Amino acid sequence: MEHLNIHSPILIVALPLFAAFLIPLISRAGNKVRGSFTIALLSFVAFLVGILAVNIYTAGTRVYTLGASVPELAIPEGYIVPVRIIFQVDGISIFMGIIATVVMLAAIIYSLQFLKDQTGQDRFYSLLMLLYVGVMGMVFTGDMFNLFVFLEIASIAGAALAAYRTNMADAIEGGFKYIVISAIGGLLVLFAIGILYSQYNLLNIAALAHYMEYGTLDMIVLALLAIAFVMKLAGVPLHMWAPDTYTVAPAGTTPMILVASYTSMYALYRVTFTLYGGHIDTTAIGWVLIIVGVLSMLIGVMMAVYQTDIKRVMAYHAVSQGGYMLLGVGVGLAVLNDPAALASYGRDAITGGIFHIINHVFYKALLFMTAEAIFFRIGTRDLNKMGGLARNMKWTTVLFAIGALAISGIPPFNGFASKLLIYETVMRFNPILSVIAMFVSLVTLASFAKVFYSAFTGPEMPAYKEVREVPKGMIIGMGILAVCIILFGVFPGLVVDTIVAPATDALINQGAYINSVMGAAP
Amino acid sequence: MAVWSYIYAVWSPIVWIIALIVLAVIALYVRSRGQKNYKKGTRQTDIFISGIQVPPAEQRHVQAHNIYWGFFSALKGFYNAIMRPHTGIINDYILWLVVIMAIAVLVIVTVS
Repeated sequence: MEHLNIHSPILIVALPLFAAFLIPLISRAGNKVRGSFTIALLSFVAFLVGILAVNIYTAGTRVYTLGASVPELAIPEGYIVPVRIIFQVDGISIFMGIIATVVMLAAIIYSLQFLKDQTGQDRFYSLLMLLYVGVMGMVFTGDMFNLFVFLEIASIAGAALAAYRTNMADAIEGGFKYIVISAIGGLLVLFAIGILYSQYNLLNIAALAHYMEYGTLDMIVLALLAIAFVMKLAGVPLHMWAPDTYTVAPAGTTPMILVASYTSMYALYRVTFTLYGGHIDTTAIGWVLIIVGVLSMLIGVMMAVYQTDIKRVMAYHAVSQGGYMLLGVGVGLAVLNDPAALASYGRDAITGGIFHIINHVFYKALLFMTAEAIFFRIGTRDLNKMGGLARNMKWTTVLFAIGALAISGIPPFNGFASKLLIYETVMRFNPILSVIAMFVSLVTLASFAKVFYSAFTGPEMPAYKEVREVPKGMIIGMGILAVCIILFGVFPGLVVDTIVAPATDALINQGAYINSVMGAAP
Repeated sequence: MAVWSYIYAVWSPIVWIIALIVLAVIALYVRSRGQKNYKKGTRQTDIFISGIQVPPAEQRHVQAHNIYWGFFSALKGFYNAIMRPHTGIINDYILWLVVIMAIAVLVIVTVS
């Protein structure tokens, strides 16, 4: 058990990576064997994530150095800077890891039934594992180059998964758009890393933060990284690829592609708070995040309410909800150097923004799954052709209602908890921003009222008389997320104190991150 | 600290759960007061619209693109403007990236 605890950071990344290459072999034994193996492995990885989380919440940041005599030895003897590949897992890293693991479990359980009759399942599960590896690698890594490597792994796997349904032309197009955006974003990140390496001869994030001088070149690097990550997280005005990709990806993969997008948001926070923290004009950069957030919220929701494709509605809402996260964290960043404001509302604004990440991923994943459940049964995503589905798809209706109420910020669901925190803290920073956030929530509710009316209510359509509920496996996958939504909504204080507050502390406390690695200097 | 006692602002899980139970009891009570003696599939459950012939199901259900028609009509100019960048063409998306990057680099060079 002690060995598992010590080596959990690398095992969490290595086991799914190993499984990704093993799955095509295991598939020869049959779909059931593959499904059992995948669930068993992921359950074990979830257990490892759990013990790592407990360790981090009790003992603080974990440093795991590959190839060192002791994993905690970040700087070898005789050196003054870290040179090996280091995994550095703090509160915000494990927070993202928990999100990815829970969503991955729900996605796998859902996909076992959803893709039961599809071909190419061995490649699907391999790619899904690789996507998970990419996400976990990004959030665990402590150096910039591995951040790029895992970003590329996640992007390539995500693009292939988006284009999984090769019989559909728009799926290929969505996958193509995702790979183009990801490739260009990845190149921008690599170029930025190259500039940093040429200046400092360092790749480790903590070491770079320690030696950062913040010259003109460093400002250009910040701009490149910020633009690349804003594009990857689908922030306005670089969001246009997102609806095209999220709409066509199968339901088991859309939540994980979403998690990959929010992992880019994590990377953006890591760069602004940790890598450049203490050097940048936090008010200016905070306001940039706020403006991107507000634009994302407004443009996303106004486009969403206009759509008649059920998955495109949800994809635009994903853009919109990302704006809430940027708004909350942006307000916190803007007041980072004002201790009174930070203590009064800044810290809670960051907490609200981070809390919204986990809440959003859960209800958005649920909504995408319910949309695919409808597509699974009736073969169309067009809301104009739907109606009366509540009669025959009762579970899907209830689960959709839970997701819709959660995203609209209606109590007692989880969306209300994080949105209330964002409204209250942003109100104290600038009331107009808070009013905009509330308006966006209203339009969100209107949008989902439209979807609920169009798809589920109304007379029984003759074409859908024989439609049945989706298989139990899909209901269970959606049910896991619905239970999380309700529990997070009824016990938000517990969630905030246990997993969100350590993430906020990790972002604000740049010194602790640096000292975990640089403090080990002989 | 016990899970039940986690108060979050004015938010108490126990109060919420009690409120949900009370609402559920009220809803079940109101439902139980409904008419039980009716036969499904007979004229008793047919739609009645003042005696006029009931149109087929497809014509009774308001289609999605007609919902919020007034809202979209009032904001026609706004929607024409925001629809224009959403061409669906990847080249246009990359053009946006190039423009944003150019603006960012210009701002940085000017500021520094």
